[in-house]
Amino acid sequence: MSSSPSATLSPARTPLYAQHLVAGAKMVDFAGWKMPIHYGSQLEEHHQVRNDAGMFDVSHMVVLDLTGSGITDFLRYLLANDVARIQTPGKALYSCLLNERGGVIDDLIIYFMAEDRYRMVVNAATRDKDLAWVRQQALNANNNKKCNVEIHERDDLAMIAVQGPNARDKAHAALGTDIDAARELKPFFAADCNDSKGNLFVARTGYTGEDGYEIILPAEQAGATWEALLASGVKPIGLGARDTLRLEAGMNLYGQDMDEDISPLEAGLSWTVAFTPEERDFIGRAALTQQKTDGPANKLVGLILEDRGVLRAHQKVITEHGEGETTSGSFSPTLGKSIALARVPTAATEHCQVEIRGKQLAARIVKYPFARKGKSLFD
Amino acid sequence: MSNVPSELKYTKSHEWIRTEVDGSITVGITDHAQELLGDMVFIELPETEANYTAGDECAVVESVKAASDVYSPITGEVIAINEELADAPETVNEDAFDTGWMFKMQPEDAGEIDELMSAEAYAELIAEEEH
Repeated sequence: MSSSPSATLSPARTPLYAQHLVAGAKMVDFAGWKMPIHYGSQLEEHHQVRNDAGMFDVSHMVVLDLTGSGITDFLRYLLANDVARIQTPGKALYSCLLNERGGVIDDLIIYFMAEDRYRMVVNAATRDKDLAWVRQQALNANNNKKCNVEIHERDDLAMIAVQGPNARDKAHAALGTDIDAARELKPFFAADCNDSKGNLFVARTGYTGEDGYEIILPAEQAGATWEALLASGVKPIGLGARDTLRLEAGMNLYGQDMDEDISPLEAGLSWTVAFTPEERDFIGRAALTQQKTDGPANKLVGLILEDRGVLRAHQKVITEHGEGETTSGSFSPTLGKSIALARVPTAATEHCQVEIRGKQLAARIVKYPFARKGKSLFD
Repeated sequence: MSNVPSELKYTKSHEWIRTEVDGSITVGITDHAQELLGDMVFIELPETEANYTAGDECAVVESVKAASDVYSPITGEVIAINEELADAPETVNEDAFDTGWMFKMQPEDAGEIDELMSAEAYAELIAEEEH
């Protein structure tokens, strides 16, 4: 099911490919897609989002609509977080999709739309395995006659994230009455906005630590919407700045900060695992309960480098309680210092060393996020 | 298209080399290299008086994106480093061929400089990379 002939190219092009070229993007291959890494300066794009408003083409992400009878019970078993917490139209929930060992298959956002309809957004890089897993689980549940779940891949849709302190104002200025229904949205809520041309799904969510919207819309409307936002002063932002923004905001990146061998308890995501009510079974519950009882060996922490240098993923971290490893690292444009997420022994606190090119550099262990709402949270 | 000043010498690994009147050389990374790497955030320079053989790793430039090695273009001793880069690594992005210089060396054998790439050859190399 392809929205346009270009989607059959490899790597695939999003409906906004032409707009990226016009904006001077440097395009790279990412998860089977040609995506913009930056449009000139990754640093300027980062500050643009922290201080004003920027937009990301995230059409490579995978939108799934799940419908049918018994869908809520199915999702309560499928996901580590509990969709019983979001039984209000438009309400969103962040959750991990776990395997039986409690390892993370992917992380996702799920929206409750109606009693028999949810919308789920998963990562592009994990598309095939996510779909295979969810389909298999649905098949099992349907065969047991517990439900009648259908999974619809929405490849006909594009997705634009508009983020920054001025993002919502500028989005309303650009899109006018088309998105009026989004004006009163609380954080982590979405609304279907039925405009004249089609349907805009507007969610007050994001991956930057700033306020803003993620807009899911028909692919054929993406170009005009992008251009309207551009005309209102929303600047295009590449995947490079998306990564430094999410890192400063302390948000995990799947495949880097957690994977199928890491549980949410060791990835700083305990808050996304709903152990109550106790009678709810979910995939991975037994493994996580055991891990919780034993006490997880590792935890995810933030690091701020005190010496000069740049933290990167997979550098060795040395603490008084043993060794760990950085999982994501970069220069933080907002702090003007290098920061990282690192998995370290649970007992480690305060200070550590990070090995960079054979040298041990001093770093401080901190609670993330490092920055949000335009400001550094550290001196 | 990147700028390639004709009076400089070059390496395949994207360093530029300028011969000074006293016979020492000044080394930096090319405009093409800084463009590929993106915004510079940290530069680790060699120590003065350190000795290197041609092709040795002697400095590291780190952009927001990645870390990249800088190689000694000739055999010789480091006689000066650009201290300004510690607080202003972005100088390499803004002015790669002049104020963005990285270190100066005293070559052991001045003949080695003649064997480095000409501006013409380097321009050809990056034209190939860009296609």
